[in-house]
Amino acid sequence: MIQTADSAPADTLRIGTLTLRSRLVVGTGKYASYAEMARCLDVSGTDCVTVAVRRERLMNAAGENILDHLDASRYTLLPNTAGCFSADDAVRVARLGRELLRDLGNPGSEWVKLEVLGDTKTLLPDPVGTLDATARLVEDGFAVLVYSSDDPVIARRLKDLGAASVMPAGSPIGSGQGILNPNNLRICMEYLKDGDPGYPVIVDAGVGTASDVAEAMELGVDGVLLNTAIAHAADPLRMAGAMKAACHAGREAFLAGRMPRRLYATASSPDDGVIGGKA
Amino acid sequence: MLMSDRAPIAEPADCFVTVNGEMHRFVAGGSALSVVRDLGFDGRPIAVELNGQVVPRAELDRRVLVHGDRLEVVTLVGGG
Repeated sequence: MIQTADSAPADTLRIGTLTLRSRLVVGTGKYASYAEMARCLDVSGTDCVTVAVRRERLMNAAGENILDHLDASRYTLLPNTAGCFSADDAVRVARLGRELLRDLGNPGSEWVKLEVLGDTKTLLPDPVGTLDATARLVEDGFAVLVYSSDDPVIARRLKDLGAASVMPAGSPIGSGQGILNPNNLRICMEYLKDGDPGYPVIVDAGVGTASDVAEAMELGVDGVLLNTAIAHAADPLRMAGAMKAACHAGREAFLAGRMPRRLYATASSPDDGVIGGKA
Repeated sequence: MLMSDRAPIAEPADCFVTVNGEMHRFVAGGSALSVVRDLGFDGRPIAVELNGQVVPRAELDRRVLVHGDRLEVVTLVGGG
């Protein structure tokens, strides 16, 4: 989060009843160690991190739990339903995550990052299962932040069902391919923000490097959720800083409003007074 | 519902519940909390599901298990 002048309102991200200072949501998976994860989260400036719900195996090899390294009073935890290939499983996992976070007293307890996946190869969302689970979790009182494809029609239906945020993928999870279809994202935003400009749209998945984050933010999305792009960078800590800067730069560029694209050149220096020309 | 609504039956000599997909022997009349303690999960950040329904931590000691019950004990791990 870049500090703003005291008089200027902070450019915060509102999702449902919660307000985030950073527009970067960062995953906690795939780091070489929990210690590295904790340093990267700190440098990224995020105040919201995703976590997964898995069977307790009595600790990892080093006897640690992620919560030994994750300050639950500092970060809003966003439990995901990653690994679920049916609406039934996703609903169960969401409820278990809520119970865990309630015990921790974390504000993310009523949130879920809903993923209902189609298959293990692409990890693309199953749109039918996603719609089904969204409806059931909204009914159960969850603020549903829902991972979706960049299909604008599905995005609109998810919002109509009551999703707190629709999160279209830039490209497949963990692929690092960036924003493959910016035009679809534009249409998603047009649909989702029509008459409701504050509705949060977050690009979830596919980011590979800082320019992908900046591109997404320049399109006008409200935030970016990423994990592998930091965790699998050659220097994760440095990339975490790059992502923070890119998110800020992209957001500022969006708010500033880019110049129109033109086919031909327009000189930046005056045409008049070039030496050797007419007086 | 705090107790199983299944009719009480004569307990077999060995009672088993499934915990995270693995069979676990328990003492007849034992609670979900007792199994959680047996496995060393007590005091750790966990959530428990019994036969597909979340059991709040405060109710674990009141949930008496019966042979064949299925428990899931989960925690948080890194994820995106």
